[in-house]
Amino acid sequence: MKKLTRFFLTTGEISEFAGRYFREAWFPPYEIQELLKQCFLIGNKSFALVSITGLIMGIVLTLQTRPTLIEFGAVSMMPSMVGIAIVREIGPVLTALICAGKIGSGIGAELASMKVTEQIDAMEVSGANPFKYLVITRVTATTIMIPILVVLSDIISLSGSALVEYLKGGVSFELYFSKVFEYLQFGDLLPSVIKSFFFGFAIGIIGCYKGYTSTRGTEGVGRTANEAVVIASMLVFILDFIAVLVSDIFYEL
Amino acid sequence: MSYDMQHSIDYKTAPVIDIEGLYKAFGSNRVLQGFNLKLWAGENLAVMGKSGSGKSVLIKCIIGLVRIDQGKLLVLDQAVDQLNLRELDRLRSQIGFQFQGSALYDSMTVRENLEFPLKRHPLKQVTEKELELLVTEALEAVGLLNAINMMPSELSGGMKKRIALARTLIMQPKIILYDEPTSGLDPVTAKEISLLINEVQNRFHTASIIITHDLACARISSNRMIILHNGINYAEATYTQLGTMKDGVIQAFFV
Repeated sequence: MKKLTRFFLTTGEISEFAGRYFREAWFPPYEIQELLKQCFLIGNKSFALVSITGLIMGIVLTLQTRPTLIEFGAVSMMPSMVGIAIVREIGPVLTALICAGKIGSGIGAELASMKVTEQIDAMEVSGANPFKYLVITRVTATTIMIPILVVLSDIISLSGSALVEYLKGGVSFELYFSKVFEYLQFGDLLPSVIKSFFFGFAIGIIGCYKGYTSTRGTEGVGRTANEAVVIASMLVFILDFIAVLVSDIFYEL
Repeated sequence: MSYDMQHSIDYKTAPVIDIEGLYKAFGSNRVLQGFNLKLWAGENLAVMGKSGSGKSVLIKCIIGLVRIDQGKLLVLDQAVDQLNLRELDRLRSQIGFQFQGSALYDSMTVRENLEFPLKRHPLKQVTEKELELLVTEALEAVGLLNAINMMPSELSGGMKKRIALARTLIMQPKIILYDEPTSGLDPVTAKEISLLINEVQNRFHTASIIITHDLACARISSNRMIILHNGINYAEATYTQLGTMKDGVIQAFFV
């Protein structure tokens, strides 16, 4: 019962925190320089990790699926199948999970550490708005950068898959990608990009919320980072589930 | 910086901080239980008390970081607990707060640390040229102009305290609240910081509350002292007067 109460209380607090983001984000002062810095940090520092996992996922998916498709004489469907799987589902979710781990925990730990060392209080008493400087910039940066990382991850995954097809089946890159785009429609790409914005927002807001409200000193910093990853990852799956349900309604129309 | 260079305590006008019957509790832990305080313009007031006696809570109430439960809390004639965020920001622009751990922004250089509050304060607009001048003057005032491009991680504890003071001074405050300004410092550096607090008072004519349990700091930097005990101002006098009192609670600080 106590855990259930805490769950609802935390959900309410996160909603209030997100509400504050929307209330304050539109009004000046705008921390453009800090926003660009955060975009660079998030994009630049996560790109290598997202690229490597994307490439491996593309290669593994193709290698695992190939024997079955050969058995059914449907190996020519490989580009379309892998393309749709990666663009619609694997790319966004995998990238979001990696970013939840890397970015969510990083933001959580950074803000928690600032909270512990009274840096956030110092900003507040100096008349600056720490919420604008720390929270709005980071949440906006994750919301912008994660869809970009998702698209890049999709491209790299498909390139990995194309490489396997080239090495194993002698399929040229041009042919592979023309087959991918033969079946892949705008309707596949759009929901994927839209849900990536939500993933980015969720990762940013959870990391910031956990860090901004961190307690229990230095012990709290580690706990905050850990909780930020767990909650953000879970939220990615919940949002994905909702996104799939909503997209399904549109596909049926 | 256009500060009055002549230091004198102004007892004629209203006190810059006026606290009467202040109560603050955290759950069942009653920290302040009817605390009273008056701080006059140009005065340095040291508040001493045991760890956990509510000294830091007191100044966090004054700056509006902690909400009071009950009592009168006037800062520059404004009731802190009744101000909205904008009004509180306006009031805070006249108050400097020196945190116990310095609270320098880790990811910024010393220059950026000093520029940060001034660039972002909604009520203070300065040009780049003025900003440069103010940063230079504030660092000169604490004797650390050569550290302008250093990161906080490269500074010693004493240097951090000085830079934090410079960051406070750049806002040209009327009141400065020091939270344990000499904690964690060796006696020599602690004395330097205490003398610097005095110098700031004399040079910029600021009124200050110095939260400390360092008797030497209180002796050097304060005009008057308050002993905070059991949530109330147990005793209030000058350092010399307190030193002659036979009360056990007071004498415990003078051992």
